[in-house]
Amino acid sequence: MSVDRGPFARRRGREGPARAVAIAVLSSIVLFGAVGYAIVHAPNWPAVQQSFLDPEVFAESLPEIVAAFGINVQLFLIAEVLILVLGLVIAVLRSLPGPVFFPIRAMATVYTDLFRAVPGILVIYLLGFGIPGLDMPGVPNDPFFWAVVALTLVYSAYVSEVYRAGIESVHPSQEAAARSLGLSRFQALRYVIVPQAVRRVVPPLLNDFIGLQKDTVLVSFIGVVEIFRVSQNKESALFNFTPYLATAVVFLAVTIPLARLTDWLSARDRRRYLAGVAR
Amino acid sequence: MTSPAPAALRVEDLHKSFGPLEVLRGIDLTVSEHEVVCLIGASGSGKSTLLRCINLLEPIDAGRVSVEGEEITAEGVDTNRIRRRIGIVFQAFNLFPHMTVLDNVTLAPRKVLRRPVATAEAEGVALLERFGLADKRNEYPDRLSGGQQQRAAIVRALAMQPDLMLLDEVTSALDPELVGEVLGVIRSLASGGMTMLIATHEMGFARDIASRVCFLDAGVILEEGPPAQIFSAPREARTQQFLQRIIEAGRL
Ligand SMILES: Nc1ncnc2c1ncn2[C@@H]1O[C@H](COP(=O)(O)OP(=O)(O)OP(=O)(O)O)[C@@H](O)[C@H]1O
Ligand SMILES: [Mg+2]
Repeated sequence: MSVDRGPFARRRGREGPARAVAIAVLSSIVLFGAVGYAIVHAPNWPAVQQSFLDPEVFAESLPEIVAAFGINVQLFLIAEVLILVLGLVIAVLRSLPGPVFFPIRAMATVYTDLFRAVPGILVIYLLGFGIPGLDMPGVPNDPFFWAVVALTLVYSAYVSEVYRAGIESVHPSQEAAARSLGLSRFQALRYVIVPQAVRRVVPPLLNDFIGLQKDTVLVSFIGVVEIFRVSQNKESALFNFTPYLATAVVFLAVTIPLARLTDWLSARDRRRYLAGVAR
Repeated sequence: MTSPAPAALRVEDLHKSFGPLEVLRGIDLTVSEHEVVCLIGASGSGKSTLLRCINLLEPIDAGRVSVEGEEITAEGVDTNRIRRRIGIVFQAFNLFPHMTVLDNVTLAPRKVLRRPVATAEAEGVALLERFGLADKRNEYPDRLSGGQQQRAAIVRALAMQPDLMLLDEVTSALDPELVGEVLGVIRSLASGGMTMLIATHEMGFARDIASRVCFLDAGVILEEGPPAQIFSAPREARTQQFLQRIIEAGRL
C-alpha cells in the first residue's frame, strides 16, 4: 500500500534524512547551549551547584534511595492491579442500562465524581490518619495498607472513566449482534464489548499508570518510608538537596521508557486504524 | 378437530416510532413454516426497523409479534430465550473483530446453550465446511473478503439452530462480484426448508427465491403476493412506481 503524502513528502525526500538530522542537532545545540550558558553564568550558580548538584552526596545517597524505591514499586504494583479491576467494575456498573439500575449507576457516578474532585493528598491524609485514629478493633493501622487503599480509590475513578470511554467507543451494532445471538446484556459486555474496549484504551491506561507511579511519593506524608521520605531524611542529614535530584533521576529512568512505550502503542493503533480505513 | 399449526411468525398491527417519526404504522404479516418471504420497499421505508422489532432489538409501541404461536412481545417474556430461536444477519456483517471466525461462530453455542467447547467447535467447523469457510476458521474477520465475512455471519446465526432467519440486505455492502456467493448460500438455506424473512434490494433474487413478496410503503405492507404477480402485474400505483424506478436503475 502506498500513501501519497503530497508535495511536502516529496520535497523532504529530495533533501534526504541526513540534512534533517543535521538541522535538528544544530538547533538543539544552539538552544540548549544558550540556556546552559545563561544558567552557569547566573550570579548564584556556584551556591546552587553545591547544594543541588554535589556529586559526592549524589553517589552516597543513591543506593539508599534506589532501595527505598522498592516500596514505591510494591505500592504501585499492588494498587495497579486493584485499580484495573475496580475501575472496570465501576465502568461496567455505570453502563448498565434501564431504570432498574438507576441507583447503581448513580452510586458509580457519585464515586467517580467524588474521587476525581477531591485532591489525592487529602484522601491519603483522611484515610491514613483518620481511620487508624478511630482505633477500631480488627482494622489495620499500617500506613502502607491505607496508602494502597487511598491510591486505589483515587485512581480507580480516573481509570473507570477511561474504560467507560472505551466501552462507549465500541459501535452499538456489536452489542446488537451479540444480543441477537441470545447473549444476555452482561454476556455481551463480558465477551464482546469489554474485550474490544480494553484493547483500545491501553495507551490512555498507561498514561494513568505514569501518574500513579509519581503519586506514590504522596504517601510519605502518612509515614510510609519510601523514596521521597528517604531523600528527605538524607537532605536533613547531609544539609544538601542533591538527594532530591537522585530521586528525580530514578523516576526519569522508570517513567521515560513507559512514556515511549505509550507513544509507540498509540502510534501503532493509529497505523492499524488507518490501514483499516484504507482497505 | 385439530387446529392448524401456528405460523412460524405472525406480526399484528405493529407500530413503531422514532420520536415524532412514525416508521411502522400497523404492519400485519404472517410467515408460515418453510416459507421465504421477501420484503421490498424504498430506502427508509422501515424494512430494517421491522426486522429489528421482530428480533426485539427495538422496543415496539403497539401491536404484537408471535413466533410459533408464542407472543414474544408480551410483558415479562425472556428476550434472550426468544432471540436464540430467531437468527438475524445484518447488512454490515457485524462480526466480532477480536475473535477468529470459529470463535465468532461458537461463542453463542458455548455461552448461551452451554455446549461443551469440543462439541461447539465440531459443529461450528462442520457448518463452516458446508459454506466453504473451513480453511478460514482461524482467521480474524478483517482478513476475509466481504463475501466471506457475510457468509461467516450467516454461519454464526445458523450455529444457534434458529427456527427463523431474518436477513437484512445482506448483500448491499458487497462488491457486485461477491453478491453471488452470498445469494447462493441463501438459496441453499431456502431449499433446505429454512423459514426466512428477507429484506432485499435484489429484485431478481427476490423473484427467484421468494414464496411471497411484501411491498412496504409509508409504514404499512401495501401489497403482497407471489413474486410473479408482484413483479409482473402489481395492483397498487405505488408498487408500480417503485418497480418502475428499479427497472430504470437497471436492477431488475
Ligand atoms: N434508531 C433510530 N433512531 C431514529 N430514527 C431511526 C432509527 N432507525 C431508523 N430510523 C429511521 O426510520 C426510518 C426507517 O429506517 P430503516 O432503516 O428501517 O429503513 P430501511 O427500509 O431499512 O432502509 P434501507 O433500505 O436504506 O436500509 C428512516 O427514516 C430512519 O431514518
Ligand atoms: Mg435497512
